[in-house]
Amino acid sequence: MATMMFVVNMLTMTFRLAVPIALASIGVSISERAGIINLGIEGIMLLGALGGAVGSYVFSNAWMGILLALITGIAIGVLYAFFVLKFEANQSVIGIGLNIIASGLTVVIVKFIWKKEGISGIVTQMSTYSVPFLRNIPVIGAFFTDQSPFILLTLLIALACSYGMWRTKIGLRLQAIGENPLAAATAGIPVARYRTGAIVVGSSLAALGGAYLSIVHSNLFVSNMVAGRGFIAIAANILGGWNPMGSLLASLLFAFAQALRFQFSAVHFPDQISQIIPYVITLLVLVGVGRKTRAPAKLGVLE
Amino acid sequence: MTRNRKYLEDVGFSLVAILLSFLLVAVIMLILGYNPIEAYKALFEGAFGSSYSLSLTLSKSVPLIFVGLAVGFALQGGLFNIGGEGQIYIGGFVAAITGLLLSHTIPAFITLPVAVLSGMAGGFLWGGTIGLIKAKLNINEVIVAIMMNYIAQLMTSYFVNGPFIAAKSMTPQTEILPLNLQLPKIIPNTQLTTSLYIALIMCVLYGFVMKRTVFGFEVKAMGNNLHSAATGGIYVARNTVLIMALSGALAAMAGIFEVFGTYGRFIDGFSSGIGFTGIAIAFIGQSTPIGIILASLLFGSLQAGAMQMSMMAGISANINNVIQGLVIVFIATPNIIRFAFGKRRS
Repeated sequence: MATMMFVVNMLTMTFRLAVPIALASIGVSISERAGIINLGIEGIMLLGALGGAVGSYVFSNAWMGILLALITGIAIGVLYAFFVLKFEANQSVIGIGLNIIASGLTVVIVKFIWKKEGISGIVTQMSTYSVPFLRNIPVIGAFFTDQSPFILLTLLIALACSYGMWRTKIGLRLQAIGENPLAAATAGIPVARYRTGAIVVGSSLAALGGAYLSIVHSNLFVSNMVAGRGFIAIAANILGGWNPMGSLLASLLFAFAQALRFQFSAVHFPDQISQIIPYVITLLVLVGVGRKTRAPAKLGVLE
Repeated sequence: MTRNRKYLEDVGFSLVAILLSFLLVAVIMLILGYNPIEAYKALFEGAFGSSYSLSLTLSKSVPLIFVGLAVGFALQGGLFNIGGEGQIYIGGFVAAITGLLLSHTIPAFITLPVAVLSGMAGGFLWGGTIGLIKAKLNINEVIVAIMMNYIAQLMTSYFVNGPFIAAKSMTPQTEILPLNLQLPKIIPNTQLTTSLYIALIMCVLYGFVMKRTVFGFEVKAMGNNLHSAATGGIYVARNTVLIMALSGALAAMAGIFEVFGTYGRFIDGFSSGIGFTGIAIAFIGQSTPIGIILASLLFGSLQAGAMQMSMMAGISANINNVIQGLVIVFIATPNIIRFAFGKRRS
């Protein structure tokens, strides 16, 4: 029984830790399938986290925080699309710039609102839910007790995006654009419109993942609280083979490594080593798969 | 377009990008209810107002020059070294440990160069690995570099939190280096050390290699057109590894001289973004030595003056990151500047 509880605890923790990475990672898959690199995911998550905290603070309602985070994500996505598509910005460089802006701007805004350097006040946290009846089942009842709706939401988003990408016209066209934008344009696909859509959806999902950190997983904003998850999301997308379900699974794997760290903190397993795992796995996968990586052929190329 | 006109246009772009960023941040300040004129005045005074602040500006500029050269060198060869951050940590750590281990048995005048060279070798290998993966497997160097940044930072963090932490220290850092291994200060009681001279020497060397050597010519040929460079008999794969490795060694110098100059020891997470700022430096400076020096001075002064600005105008010192980030965004988008001036896009 004790082992069962341990396993259940590990799994629920894995799911909780996977949510922000998975949301951002699914967003990365969508935008990269359209051939657009976005290295600014880390910064978008950070701004989303702040948007969530501010919305939740102003309206004393966590769902308003989610709404403001989504608006933030959409706004950044539109701006990003404008710079990258209309003005043909260097996609890798502009993403780095976005990260630096976000790390500074969030702290400036936090100081403006809460008069504190680098940390917000306490904001309304999203309440957890328990499923009636199911929660009473021994052991697996834990999955249905005091959980955030975000875990279910993330699974649904992954399923929907996966279905959308492989089973709908929109998704197949999106993939065609990433493989060969010129051919796609010749076939009459409005390439720029599709790309704008993919960028905005990707950016919104990243912002949502950020908001999860500030108002679902905790109840305040801390400077640089995203702590590399944006880059882990990019790694998860690669490991997952540039598709939403793969991104979700890779995120779960990385989150499992993080959960291990909490479970084994008693035996002094060094923090840094467990944090390194996602990066090392991704690097090994990249090198191992090598030339056979299934990256969209025209990733980062507008044409 | 003639060479000179192209050059002038590039300089114009950099200036406009900088101006635009300052203007935009002024607007942000106004929206948030801060006084931008007061803020910028304090920023300027904090960066240039006294001999102390001037030396602070210079000392903040030194690591930026090294990383700016590193990124600029790779850019000239058509490669993007976003791995400066990791190379800084590896270089600084290897040099610090070498220095500490040797200092007991070997005289300082031998230990210091050996430590510096071993740190550079660390950066050379760390950067070269990125180049090797790119050359052999044709995997985008950007994503590999990002992974390696985190690995380097976390690995060195592990070492100075555990095996190499200074005795009785609460903060994760190595033992302090013996004084005779630390670089002498140019001005006493400031952070400005002779690493400034080394940075300037590297600028001269960089200019010489790019302008006067066959290797520099090959690098530029690769940056101009990879295919014609290969057709012209340049060993593209070998040079890709070499360029990234040398770029890594240059970036490592930023870390090495922060350790041996500014701090006197390796401190966990000391770089906090120098590697990424270097990208902005190289782009603004158009990868030329003079441009890199000027851009480093600009960003060094931003970092030096930020505290004063925060105290006088009440705004968070982090606003300087917004300025830096915006400069990067605008530099990465030359078309937006052409558009603003009503020029047709090329």
